[in-house]
Amino acid sequence: MNAVMPFSLSDVSGEKHVFSGDGQSLVCFIKEDCPTCREVMPLLDALQNYLDEKLEFHVLGQTQEGNAILEREFTPAFSIVDDSELKVSFETDIETVPALIWSDGTGSQKELIGFDRSEWQQLITTISSFNALQENEIEWSAFPEWRPGCGSLSVDPIHADRLRAESENSPIRARKIEIGVQDDEFEFMFDQGFSDGLPVIPPTAERVVRMLAGTSRDPQEVVAVMPPNMGEVTVEKIAINCVLAGCKPEYMPVVIAAVEAIATDDYNIHGVMATTMGASPVLVVNGPIRKKIGMNMGIGALGQGNRANATIGRAVRLVVRNVGGAIPGGTERSTLGNPMKFTMCFAEWEERSNWDPLHVERGFEPEDSVVTAFTMSSGPVLTTDESSLHGDLLAGTIAQCVQTILAPKAYGVTDCLIVVSPEHVDTFSRDEYQKADIRRRIQSVTQRTYREMIVDNISGSGLKPEIAAKMDEETLNKVVTKFGSDSNIHIVVAGSEAGKFSGCFHGWLTGPKGSIPVSRKIDER
Amino acid sequence: MSLTILDPTNEAVPVERQVSPRPETVKGKIAFLDISKNRGSVLLDRLQEAFEQRLPQIEITRYMKPTFSKPAPDDLRTDIASNNDFVVEALAD
Repeated sequence: MNAVMPFSLSDVSGEKHVFSGDGQSLVCFIKEDCPTCREVMPLLDALQNYLDEKLEFHVLGQTQEGNAILEREFTPAFSIVDDSELKVSFETDIETVPALIWSDGTGSQKELIGFDRSEWQQLITTISSFNALQENEIEWSAFPEWRPGCGSLSVDPIHADRLRAESENSPIRARKIEIGVQDDEFEFMFDQGFSDGLPVIPPTAERVVRMLAGTSRDPQEVVAVMPPNMGEVTVEKIAINCVLAGCKPEYMPVVIAAVEAIATDDYNIHGVMATTMGASPVLVVNGPIRKKIGMNMGIGALGQGNRANATIGRAVRLVVRNVGGAIPGGTERSTLGNPMKFTMCFAEWEERSNWDPLHVERGFEPEDSVVTAFTMSSGPVLTTDESSLHGDLLAGTIAQCVQTILAPKAYGVTDCLIVVSPEHVDTFSRDEYQKADIRRRIQSVTQRTYREMIVDNISGSGLKPEIAAKMDEETLNKVVTKFGSDSNIHIVVAGSEAGKFSGCFHGWLTGPKGSIPVSRKIDER
Repeated sequence: MSLTILDPTNEAVPVERQVSPRPETVKGKIAFLDISKNRGSVLLDRLQEAFEQRLPQIEITRYMKPTFSKPAPDDLRTDIASNNDFVVEALAD
């Protein structure tokens, strides 16, 4: 419990009661609907009579209506001070009422909660001797030996988040924006440009404080600097955007890690947002947190309907929009855009295959929770293969589909993220086909000679004839693969048990000149 | 009762800057910046020919961004700003 903060509060009749906190004081916090508080009312009256000349005596009540009722029923000699805003109760850290606090005026205080007759009697004896008062004449036997206290309204969940947001050491530093009484808050937020085009939840201080409970990180810690406007992304700003997006507090650690990932130089969110190609982050979550926060990795994992999947991806995009300043038509220049720009986040069904999951392939421990951010320009594109019974044939179908990424003759410039469905996992398992085998097969099926890459009368996209003319025979017969390296082919498992359909996200520009996938361990503290 | 919300943006207020004065004539040093987009160099080659024919009092220096997908590195920006009077940037393919 803290020292009672100085206050200036009114009583039922409107008279001001000022408490400086400087001298000796006895302060009691009560609320009307607490039976124990009601029982001690006559005792408080007696104490006021006995001690009033020696110290400051105040009784603070936690509701206006309750204070009036108590004064009417008990007609005490004191007036009950109105702490219905609960600020003094909150700052004093009152969890239980009645709470009786004696401060001797030299910095030391004694606190009692609930009612234990012998404790109260002992405290009053201490105060008597401290003030060299004569023996009190309080009839202690008129009071019960012991009564439990009741919960203070200041810790009631209805009020606690507001009080925390408004308190002296509030974690909130963001600018407050008042919405006019006549304004509709949802329309207001559209008008302010805070939305991705869908309704957003109003980020009130209470909601943001609740969201911040999802992480132990300092609300003012700068997690990243977000292009294009190089906005400082604090944990608090992430929490505000998580509220907008509809997240639960337990999603915060995933969103923080994802923001860290996309704000790296490797990931290059500036280019991802600015490109006319319409690229967007695609987030894959691995590890125990998937289940802890209820992410979908099964039926319809890449679609709508799961709050964690939908709102984590959305929150990350809203951070880029609101803190980074990437607005379509401004620095976001996508020709067509794509629906992933609203949100795209899902979890890998690690247990459904015997393959190493994505995060283990990328150097993390199986028990780590990890988010990996990819940049994809389109997807998920469906690959249908209900006929292939062997890994080689199924991987061959997937290869033929991914060969068209960006353009059929666009080679060595992109990534892909293949989402293998459970039935296709079973086909691969039959031949003990590993992720590495799929990668090799894709590279092998899609390989072409430079000669085959020359533009023809079907498409003007490919190797320009004037460049090919400068190549010797040996070079023209050299083979190139669709992906610069096997490591540009990313593979995860997700989806329902039924359906021989896998999905593929098509990449953007990969490598240092574009975007390199980035994984971040999720700090679950 | 009115509702108070928290600002989700970075709260930055952009600094307003004057546009640098526009000279009446083009002379001195001109930076030609190729941002590494396909065929940006073709456009700059043609422009350079045209500039050199019509504006004999200029000296053109060619610069190149490492990639069009990221902002120009600080060193490159400083070099261009401190050694040139004008910049022509080829943006697209």
